[in-house]
Amino acid sequence: MDAEAAKLLGAGFAAIGAGLASIGVGNVFAKFLEGALRNPGAADAQQGRLFIGFAGAELLGLLSFVIAALLIFA
Amino acid sequence: MAAEGKVDPMHQFSIEPLFGSEGWSIAGYNVAFTNSSLWMAIAAVLLAVFVAGGMKRQLVPGRWQMAVETFTGFIDGMLAANVGLAGKKYVPYIFSLFMFILFANFLGLMPLGVLGLHPFTFTSHFSATGVLAVMSFSIVIIVGLVKHKLHFFSLFVPHGTPLVMIPLIFCVELISFLVRPFSLGLRLFVAMMAGHVLLEVLSSFVISGGNNGAVMFAIAGLPSFILMVGICALELLVAGIQAYVFALLTCVYLNDAENLH
Repeated sequence: MDAEAAKLLGAGFAAIGAGLASIGVGNVFAKFLEGALRNPGAADAQQGRLFIGFAGAELLGLLSFVIAALLIFA
Repeated sequence: MAAEGKVDPMHQFSIEPLFGSEGWSIAGYNVAFTNSSLWMAIAAVLLAVFVAGGMKRQLVPGRWQMAVETFTGFIDGMLAANVGLAGKKYVPYIFSLFMFILFANFLGLMPLGVLGLHPFTFTSHFSATGVLAVMSFSIVIIVGLVKHKLHFFSLFVPHGTPLVMIPLIFCVELISFLVRPFSLGLRLFVAMMAGHVLLEVLSSFVISGGNNGAVMFAIAGLPSFILMVGICALELLVAGIQAYVFALLTCVYLNDAENLH
């Protein structure tokens, strides 16, 4: 396998990271909703934490996009 | 777009000097007025107009003043919740940051292409978002050092850490502190760039599907178009969320600087 093909394969494999991050983001919102429906009174105050968790989960998925872009273009 | 009907999804991010300014330079560095700077200026002007329209200070606010006050109230509430009373003085900075990013993200998604304009999302470049992130980060460091002097470094050793763990925890906390500007800028830039690449790729499916006869249009072009409408709505949501997350994380970091932990 030459280097170019290996790079493109690696970029393709990096897409797995994006898929896994989607599980993470789904988890963040699902758990929040689960908790919010149990105790709606406390839900609004926790919205900031919800988005911090979302940002963390999303960033790790976006990193896989960065790796893919680096492999293809750099 | 490249010739031969093939769409290059990265072309939309190319930076070009405008108005014959490619030769401008200061101390050997090129300072051409690019399409990126043009759209930054447009975003800033629109933001100034938006805020100026709400500065009439009527006792019973009209629609415009209400819109501006909703945003300032939202930022005020965010700072009060995350930083507390000390957060009041950061409202102007966080408000400008949030609104500038919000306007930039939305401007890049506006369908101005039908008018012949080519919206450029400058938040899809790390050089732009990186500077915004470094600004937030330097405010955190300056405020922390001025307010707590060298005591600021106790940020890296949380209360009640066992003595043997201190070297390890210090390193972990230091690294997590130092990657903040990168993660802050990277998140916004990648989210914007990925969304725009996705839209461009889908639109290329629609175009090449339409060019290859009715059957291809029906099985490839039309579904992609419907998907694209949905993704556009998602991108509008992402544009809002990313601006919110940027402002929110800046608030959280400011809280560290103001109150340590």
